[in-house]
Amino acid sequence: MNYFSQAIAWIADPANASGPNGVWARSWEHLWYTILAVVLASVIAIPLGYLVGHTGRGRGLVVASSGAARALPTLGVVTLVGLVLGVGLIAPMVALVLLAVPSVLAGAYAGIEAIDPRTVDAARAMGMSEWQILTRVEMPLGLPLLIGGLRSATLQVVATATLAAYVGAGGLGRFLFLGLKTQDYPQMLAAALLVVVLALILEGVFEISERVTARRLHTH
Amino acid sequence: MKTRFAALVAAGVLALSACSSSNPLGSASPAASGSSSAAGSTTLVVGSQQYYSNEIIAELYAQALEHGGYTITRQYQIGQREVYLPELQGGKIDVFPEYSGNLLQYLDKNATAKTGDEVMAALPAALGSGLRPLTASPATDQDSYNVTKANADKYGLASIADLSKVGDSLKVCANSELAKRPYGPPGLKNDYGLNLEVIPVEDSGGPLTVKALKDGKCDTADIYSADPSIAANELVTLTDPKALILPQNVVPVVSAKVDEKAAAVIDKVSAALTTDELVGLNALSVNKQQSSSEIAKTWLTGKGLLG
Repeated sequence: MNYFSQAIAWIADPANASGPNGVWARSWEHLWYTILAVVLASVIAIPLGYLVGHTGRGRGLVVASSGAARALPTLGVVTLVGLVLGVGLIAPMVALVLLAVPSVLAGAYAGIEAIDPRTVDAARAMGMSEWQILTRVEMPLGLPLLIGGLRSATLQVVATATLAAYVGAGGLGRFLFLGLKTQDYPQMLAAALLVVVLALILEGVFEISERVTARRLHTH
Repeated sequence: MKTRFAALVAAGVLALSACSSSNPLGSASPAASGSSSAAGSTTLVVGSQQYYSNEIIAELYAQALEHGGYTITRQYQIGQREVYLPELQGGKIDVFPEYSGNLLQYLDKNATAKTGDEVMAALPAALGSGLRPLTASPATDQDSYNVTKANADKYGLASIADLSKVGDSLKVCANSELAKRPYGPPGLKNDYGLNLEVIPVEDSGGPLTVKALKDGKCDTADIYSADPSIAANELVTLTDPKALILPQNVVPVVSAKVDEKAAAVIDKVSAALTTDELVGLNALSVNKQQSSSEIAKTWLTGKGLLG
């Protein structure tokens, strides 16, 4: 039996399924961490991205700093924040939010930048206030690119959320680290497969929402 | 979009099956081979674990041997026992600093040795032909259960057995593998009747583990006994009256290429290395960020082993 079939057998084993350290509980935890990180990143990045996209100011600064943030090694951030704030969920959450912000930010401002300036000028000529232009023209038209940004942020976060287990939090990283350190490679691979499954499910959700928004934009 | 999805899945399965047939971590082959007895001087390969303290000890052997006229190839930071031991057995590494108890437990799952002497007596047979342990150093570096001074005073903690005074279900901050080790929760339950849950902090008893213990995220933490942070943070190491944790004397494991002259060189290093000395060497790495070669050079010179 190779590692792959052993990993499938490990996932299918009812003994590994339930309980606080079971596959289900850890998968939910992992999903929860992912959603929380993307939501927190959105709270920071979407308003900032809209501000940059709408006003056209500060673009250079935002692009440069979010590019730099992408280059931060996540494990380093987890360790550093962990040393300051202690182990638990906060340290990996800070790192995951930092990881997600650049993609969401790029999606938010690029969505607005990509709109034909004549459309915005027309809205302005019709007497719309700046707020109305933002909420009625730029936000709906920029939505597909924003969702694209959220999609890539989510994918990065779901894969990286395994690091939460490095500092005492839960998630699928528990199986990954335990498998790695005890040479239980089927368990390690099983954890990786479960992360892949979660990623595919989230991809599916984004795929559907992208199609729905595209259809709505076209029927308007 | 359906095709994109299918392609993604297919690519994933392909990638996984490609790496599923062999040990994913063991494939790296070291550059040096064991069959280089060129031009007079003997070339010896010195290896170390992926553990800074182990690398320092390896470097002590390496520089002492170089001083003795040997040519040394360094193969440091080679993961854990599961990875490097086959390399040793295959003759690709000639000198490796090991820890007696864990090495024995790894080689012989049914080993009954408890004391340091018993462990050393059992090692040669467990290692088999081709490899042999040299004389063990008095220095030990082993897993140890530590508590904060405040908790030690509050509950009167001196030995592992005293942990029962803290509560019925306790938490231990440690690398995740402790959960499966004989001296981890299974042994603690068996020998001491304690229920401990491992809170995984994956830095091998490093600063994150110490911080977690001090923050009260766990009741006790597994930290290597030669770690200078134990003293620096005024932690109290619990004694182990039931000898759950095997003694881990630093012991060089060598191949047949190491002759009596080379063995004598290494023996001198081992004899000079005590636990206090090892803690001091580790502190230079942890607190002063010195490299293993700097640390080794200063220490060997100070002991007159390079003079």
